[in-house]
Amino acid sequence: MRRFNYIDLVLWLFRIGIIGVVLWGMTGKFILGIGNDYTISDWLDFFVSGLSQGSLYALIALGYTMVYGVLFMINFAHGEFFMAGAMTSTVLVALPLENAGYVERFPWLSLLAIFLSAVLTSVLVAVLTERIAYRPLRNAPRLVPLITAIGASFFWQYYFRGLFGSSLLPFPEFPMFDGKIAFWGLDFQKADIAVILTSLVVMFGLQQFVQRTKTGRAIRAVAENKDAATLMGIDVNRTITITFIVGASMAGVAGVLYSIVFRQLNFVMGFIPGIKAFTAAVLGGIGSIPGAALGGLFLGIIEAIGPPLFLEGLGVAGSHQLKDVIAFTMLVLVLIFRPQGIIGERLAEKKA
Amino acid sequence: MKRISWFTLLMLLLALALVACGGSGDTEPETDSADTAADSSDTADSGDEAAAEELTCDDAIGCVEVAPGDPIRIASALVITGPNESLGLDSQYGVEIAIEQRGEIAGHSVELQAEDEGCNAEGGQTAGQKIASDPSIVGVIGTSCSGAGVPMSQIVCAEGIAMISPSNTAPVLTDPGSRQSCYFRTAHNDKVQGRAMAEYVFNELGLTKAAAVHDGDPYTEGLASVFRDAFIELGGEIVAFEAEAADATNVEPLLTSIAAAGPELIYYPVFIPLGSLITKTAREIDGLEGVALAAADGVQSPDFVDASGDAAEGMYVSGPDLGFGNDIYATFLETYQANYGTEPTAPFHAHAYDATNMLLSAIESVAQVGADGTMLIGRQALLDAISSTSGMEGITGTISCDENGDCADPKIAVSQVQDGAFSAVWSYEP
Repeated sequence: MRRFNYIDLVLWLFRIGIIGVVLWGMTGKFILGIGNDYTISDWLDFFVSGLSQGSLYALIALGYTMVYGVLFMINFAHGEFFMAGAMTSTVLVALPLENAGYVERFPWLSLLAIFLSAVLTSVLVAVLTERIAYRPLRNAPRLVPLITAIGASFFWQYYFRGLFGSSLLPFPEFPMFDGKIAFWGLDFQKADIAVILTSLVVMFGLQQFVQRTKTGRAIRAVAENKDAATLMGIDVNRTITITFIVGASMAGVAGVLYSIVFRQLNFVMGFIPGIKAFTAAVLGGIGSIPGAALGGLFLGIIEAIGPPLFLEGLGVAGSHQLKDVIAFTMLVLVLIFRPQGIIGERLAEKKA
Repeated sequence: MKRISWFTLLMLLLALALVACGGSGDTEPETDSADTAADSSDTADSGDEAAAEELTCDDAIGCVEVAPGDPIRIASALVITGPNESLGLDSQYGVEIAIEQRGEIAGHSVELQAEDEGCNAEGGQTAGQKIASDPSIVGVIGTSCSGAGVPMSQIVCAEGIAMISPSNTAPVLTDPGSRQSCYFRTAHNDKVQGRAMAEYVFNELGLTKAAAVHDGDPYTEGLASVFRDAFIELGGEIVAFEAEAADATNVEPLLTSIAAAGPELIYYPVFIPLGSLITKTAREIDGLEGVALAAADGVQSPDFVDASGDAAEGMYVSGPDLGFGNDIYATFLETYQANYGTEPTAPFHAHAYDATNMLLSAIESVAQVGADGTMLIGRQALLDAISSTSGMEGITGTISCDENGDCADPKIAVSQVQDGAFSAVWSYEP
């Protein structure tokens, strides 16, 4: 017979407590009608907005998860790769193009230039960081590169503050993302839809790249076992650099998509999305590519729907301010009950 | 060889950053006001001993001693970096101009030590500790943001350092229950500003259903609450009273919630990043077309209009009434333009100028000067002198401190954003 375990009891009480709060909140919302009265279209708006924010988290989370996959380190400077791409492409490409009137005349061409410059900058920053800050520490204890990553993150933040100043930068408005688009009689923001679609395409492309190409196979081999990969003739350093390049490109794409939706940037813009994307990567199971995508989408949606669904029914004032509480409660829950993340089983067992 | 090339690349990057920083360096604040011109060599030998006998500190909480030839040191703690820097730099320029115009006090020049409070509680705490640990600082002009002012006033008041804020407006700072004894302000109390906006919305615009948003900071929450109470008292209805994180990226869910409540106006007295995000997003949410937008002095800056673009057009912003129309202001504006090459970027430069003059005049009135030029400033005496300020003619009006440290002559103007600029449309005096 199994011995009675206090920890199990506490965990069960915790589970029941959370379920109780959720049910109580939803009862308050739907049966007692506390708070605002939402229509189906309002709920869909919450959902789509969350999905669009979630796709950005997912794109950034992919970079975290890939680097973790090959190096077993949390690259806290990843949010700065995202910021570097967005800021540089805005200041050096988007704003000059807008002033010259190109954004209005050739919106698609301008957009392409902005995407290219953002990806290029993010990749450059990532490769430099890897080469200068991480590679010399490849064989150091695991805590050392982690602290270095935090240092690199501050370095890039203040580097770009020095370059572009610390005030808010506006991102130009693109005519094709302005306004709404109707699906099945419901209106959606064009910008949100564009972000969701682009992210899906990029994520699908990444999955194909990692599963189908030779380089992708090399990345997976290095993630599996570096020594064995070296014996098989894989250039480990090169593969790690490629991993950083791929992760940073997605951060660059996310940077431009972020600018399109939220249209304002400054040098600390990478911090919060970086932390959220890290959360998303852990939620989905760090090291797993589909896990990061799923975790990001899940986090974005729960942040948007959670406050009106759970908190408003409880009569919490200013519920939207507390969306981070919901996001991080989800993280704690996942870490307690499923430490390997939503779909991180196989990898986590080996690397824990 | 390869190692060298990576190193060179890093150095090049650093050089690039340095060049960029250097380029913007001339807009950075000048902290040293004037060179220490006090030349006391001819009086110094006449009475070292006499001075020591003559000047004794009998102040309840201690004195600051300024040696002959040394400057009198005051500090500023304003938000001079980050997205709200236009607010703090503008005030800092006001402080610098006041110091420049004052020249010397009894043979001592005045030196400014500029600190940054970052517009948040942590920044206020850091700046406060730095100032409190320096015994030569006589007084502080700051903070810009009420959120930073709350912790900072507790820290500097424990050392008895006088603190005058040019732009804290949260009611809590001068509330008899929570005010620190060394705290004063020349900015209006938001009890006045929130009321002004409520009256404008209800009486002038004729709107009866409003929503209010704050970010949990004492300034924004205080102002939103005052607006709510005044609006309900006037007979209006607050259909939603919401909060959002100051560093939020996605405000669509928030605005969808608000839209479901059906307001005719959204009032969001927050700072620039969240303010411009709400402004831009509100125009795209179903059910918020044609809903009027209103904010407060935290966003009254060209930076806000730049960041919000066309979406800000037509929105209402309350703030101090800058139609001062006195001679001091005309001279001030000329000096401002000449020294910094720009128009004022925020509404509180005049309050900062008045706050600095209030502090310097109080120093002048309580300072004891010895025969050798040594100056003793009693801290309690200084606080008493500031608090008894009455009928001082400043740019912002007639400045008189009440027993809670509110010294402003509050006049509020509601402006509308028209063609990218703030044009005053209505003014209010309690």
